[in-house]
Amino acid sequence: MLITCPYCGPRDVVEFTYQGDGNRERPDPASQNFEAWNAYVYDRLNPAGDHNEIWQHSGGCRAHLRVVRNTLTHEILSVAFMRSTHTSTARRKAEDKS
Amino acid sequence: MSPRRADTGGRIDRLKTIRFTFDGAAYTGHAGDTLASALLAKGVTLYGRSFKYHRPRGLLTAGVEEPNALVTVLKGEVREPNIPATMVEIHDGLVAISQNRFPSLAWDINAVNQLGGKILSAGFYYKTFMGPVIGPLKGTRFWMFCEHFIRRAAGLGSAGSAKDPARYERMNAFCDVLVVGSGPAGLMAAKAAADQGARVMLADLEPRFGGSANWSGETIDGAPAADWARRAVAQLEGRDNVRLLPRTTVWGYYDNNTLAALERVSDHKEQPGKGEPRHRYWAIRARSVVLATGAFERPLVFPGNDRPGVMLAHAAERYANEFGVLPGERIAVFTNNDSAYRAAVALKKAGAAVVAIADVRPEPSAEMLKLAAEAEAEIFAGHAVVATEGGNALTGLKLQRFDMANGSLTGDARSIHADCLLMSGGWSPTIHLASQAGAKAEWNAARQAFLPPKPTQQWPTQHWIGAGAFTGSFSTTEAIAEGRAAGLAAAGGTSTPAALPTVEAVPGDPDPAPVFEIRAKGKSFVDFQHDVTAEDVRLAHREGFVSVEHLKRYTTLGMATDQGKSSNVPGLAIMAEALGKPIPEVGTTRFRPPFAPVSIGSLAAERLGDLKPERLTPMHDWHLANGATMYSAGLWYRPMIYGHAGETVEQAYVREAKATRESAGIVDVSTLGKIAVQGPDAAAFLDRVYTNMFSTLAVGKARYGLMLREDGLAFDDGTTWRLGEQDFLMTTTTANAGKVMQHLEYFLDVIWPELKVHVTSVTDEWAGAAIGGPKARQILASCVTGTSVDNATLPFMGIVHGEISGVPVMICRLSFSGEMAFEVYSGAGHGTHVWEALIEAGKPFGLVTYGLEALGTMRIEKGHVTGAEIDGRTTARDLHLDWMLSKKKPFIGSAMMDREGLIASDRLELVGLIALDNRPLNGGAHIVEQLDEANPHGSIGHITACCYSPALGKHIALALVKGGKARHGTRANVSDPLRNRFGPVEIVSNHFFDPDGSRMHG
Repeated sequence: MLITCPYCGPRDVVEFTYQGDGNRERPDPASQNFEAWNAYVYDRLNPAGDHNEIWQHSGGCRAHLRVVRNTLTHEILSVAFMRSTHTSTARRKAEDKS
Repeated sequence: MSPRRADTGGRIDRLKTIRFTFDGAAYTGHAGDTLASALLAKGVTLYGRSFKYHRPRGLLTAGVEEPNALVTVLKGEVREPNIPATMVEIHDGLVAISQNRFPSLAWDINAVNQLGGKILSAGFYYKTFMGPVIGPLKGTRFWMFCEHFIRRAAGLGSAGSAKDPARYERMNAFCDVLVVGSGPAGLMAAKAAADQGARVMLADLEPRFGGSANWSGETIDGAPAADWARRAVAQLEGRDNVRLLPRTTVWGYYDNNTLAALERVSDHKEQPGKGEPRHRYWAIRARSVVLATGAFERPLVFPGNDRPGVMLAHAAERYANEFGVLPGERIAVFTNNDSAYRAAVALKKAGAAVVAIADVRPEPSAEMLKLAAEAEAEIFAGHAVVATEGGNALTGLKLQRFDMANGSLTGDARSIHADCLLMSGGWSPTIHLASQAGAKAEWNAARQAFLPPKPTQQWPTQHWIGAGAFTGSFSTTEAIAEGRAAGLAAAGGTSTPAALPTVEAVPGDPDPAPVFEIRAKGKSFVDFQHDVTAEDVRLAHREGFVSVEHLKRYTTLGMATDQGKSSNVPGLAIMAEALGKPIPEVGTTRFRPPFAPVSIGSLAAERLGDLKPERLTPMHDWHLANGATMYSAGLWYRPMIYGHAGETVEQAYVREAKATRESAGIVDVSTLGKIAVQGPDAAAFLDRVYTNMFSTLAVGKARYGLMLREDGLAFDDGTTWRLGEQDFLMTTTTANAGKVMQHLEYFLDVIWPELKVHVTSVTDEWAGAAIGGPKARQILASCVTGTSVDNATLPFMGIVHGEISGVPVMICRLSFSGEMAFEVYSGAGHGTHVWEALIEAGKPFGLVTYGLEALGTMRIEKGHVTGAEIDGRTTARDLHLDWMLSKKKPFIGSAMMDREGLIASDRLELVGLIALDNRPLNGGAHIVEQLDEANPHGSIGHITACCYSPALGKHIALALVKGGKARHGTRANVSDPLRNRFGPVEIVSNHFFDPDGSRMHG
């Protein structure tokens, strides 16, 4: 499986660490809503098809990426930085190179 | 009357003699021989004993699919079992032994199993290992006792226990076109792709490229096919866009055209070259793949088809043409198709007599009759072999008239005297890799074979193109045309008409007669390696196993090390007949990686041996030079003890710990994880990450912190130093450094992207030395300049900057040992310089160096926790760290840490143990209330760490015990049946030594 890191380019999956289901919403830190916390910590979507996931390019730039992956075909449909500031840095880098 | 080497012919070098042993006997062979061909040339017919019945077995094939002739290769103490003799290239000094026989191959005691064939049928294990449900043996372990012997009787080679000293490598490779298989199709594909300028890799599992060209006896472009292939390979070799990988089995086809291959780099050599690995694991990323993997010939299923001397027709042809070995003098042939006639002619040409050709078809074509005449063989059309004779070698066989339409046998059996029987049941394309890639095989009724699907049906992300016998095109002319077209297409070129090499070949219809089995009295083998007979398949059907997946598991058909390469289709055909369904409706199982067995060493590759990465502290060489025994902790190496001559490990650590508490000791703490946490929101971030407050920490001070996981369990601990308003240096445990870094990055990237914080791993930038003991401050005072280290300037948890021996250092007064202690950090490059200066300054004060053992001892005495206690199951409360849980703010884990199960009163809690029998305790030992040595039960916890405490003069331990704190002052017992250690302990507080901390506060 290849994931195209927006910063580093296409890289083998062994360079990445899977960081789980990207659909989870962390409750407000002060929230006492136990159901919401339980869902956040333990519940994971497991679709057969397109899945919204978080991957860290741990063997590269270490950025966390939002990856849409088809769990049946392993096709990677989109990759984006989780943190928007990375996007601007990368864009600047890309512009510098061109 | 036995197999022998022909005087001429073959692609072996008769001038080079190679000496090796098989089962202790010395043999010679020639360069280019496999173990199988060399032994066959010496008249050896018996190669192994079968899995279940211990029947004598000979060579069935000449290649990777060999099910019978499995051997164990010995290299010194290291043994590698279950290698097909057909895949072992001989070299001087090769030592191979046969398997599954006792006491010897020729006389095997378990051959008596053949008499019990009715009992040892399909499902034997399922039916047998139930144990008696009535009678005197009911409920006893008698059956388990028997199982030991039954299991030993059935089997393959045994694995050794010696450590494998060989080196293994992993290689990542990229190419435009990977061609798998180097027969005429593969060679043409590689050439066509290379001509387009593509980067090409060509892999073949054999040592010689050329595939069938090496033994087909055909002529290509006017030259012997083998010479044509050699020239084609030489041309490819000279090109810098082509990489040739002989002895390389492509065994796995994964997503995005990632393929896994095993290159046997030096198995064929007496000694590997300098730095050369034994095996190399290739991870190949190919833009497109050409599968030119050929086809496997199928055996026919008839009584006695497993007798030594019965082999596949093409295998005999290959032994004759490629190795110059005649597998027999009087050869008979039994076939359902045309391809075996070519083999008959080849063996005749090589010098054998072909006495008979039995063809199940009533009317072989005129061309085949002509070939039979050329081989001077008597032809028996519409006949089948119904029995074979002989013991450890074939002596003869029986023929009977056979009606293809209904499978009936009529007329009198006719005996034929022969020492070798060639059989051919048609061909099955080697579609394993395509199947792994997701292709669904399609049954082709004409070819009587599963063929790969046409390209339109390809799995969307795979890009393979088939060529040659792999696609069911069994003639060399077709293979050449398809190979070129595949190579062009794979390289993105357009197919243009071109003059193709011309082939002169023996004629033949590629379609066999749909005959798989001759039903007559006697054992007819389908799966040779797992001893599955046609009757076993029918029995499975009778017992209700109608799905092909169930059939496979119940009979174990196709589940041996050869993975049914030769047995799958005959097994399916017999099952289909039993079910009364056509073969495609019975279906085939999907092939999974690996295509052929893979050495575990190659998969571990760089994680083992001299390629394994190591992390060394800046003072590593000093430790080695000063008598340290090193200890590996993850990738790190750390001093365990600095032993004196004649000291045991225990004596050394006790001396080191004692000296530290009496005067002073110094330990290398450079391995601690260090993370710079910087930015305007750094303090706020740490408040969220740690359970306790860090925003209130003054600049120039440090604080001990605890982190939880999101689920509320303890995660890691360490001190964090505030070096500036927005500048913190976090330390983590050695083992968790990477995990904590990832944890921080995750929260900054994913959860709180608005926080202006940057985290940087600085573990390797700092060298750290912890110096502790009553004299520690005096030692520092004598060597630190630029700052005072007195109590006012450097209070507990204070930080100062100064110099030691001209090098800037940062000193924090904190203690893991429980003594007045300081951590001295300098730039990693100055680590040894500062360390040596501290050692020098400590000399007048009796400073000792201490290692991990003494460090552990002092921390157990103090009751501090490490990874042994923060084991992913314990909470802050379990570890008596609840005083660190701030109530003023939420933090990671705060919402989940008070769940019912995490605050229950019977949770395992940290306690101290003292051995009341004054004997050493063991890590991992269970704690019980009542001792019952014969029937250990009732664990209330376990020991996490233990030592002999010089401060207490006792054997002590830390343990996690149910409701631990409430048990302080009570007695319990250790129960450790594995190490036979039982005895009384007293449960006490985990703070054994100086619980008030008066020593460290000074």
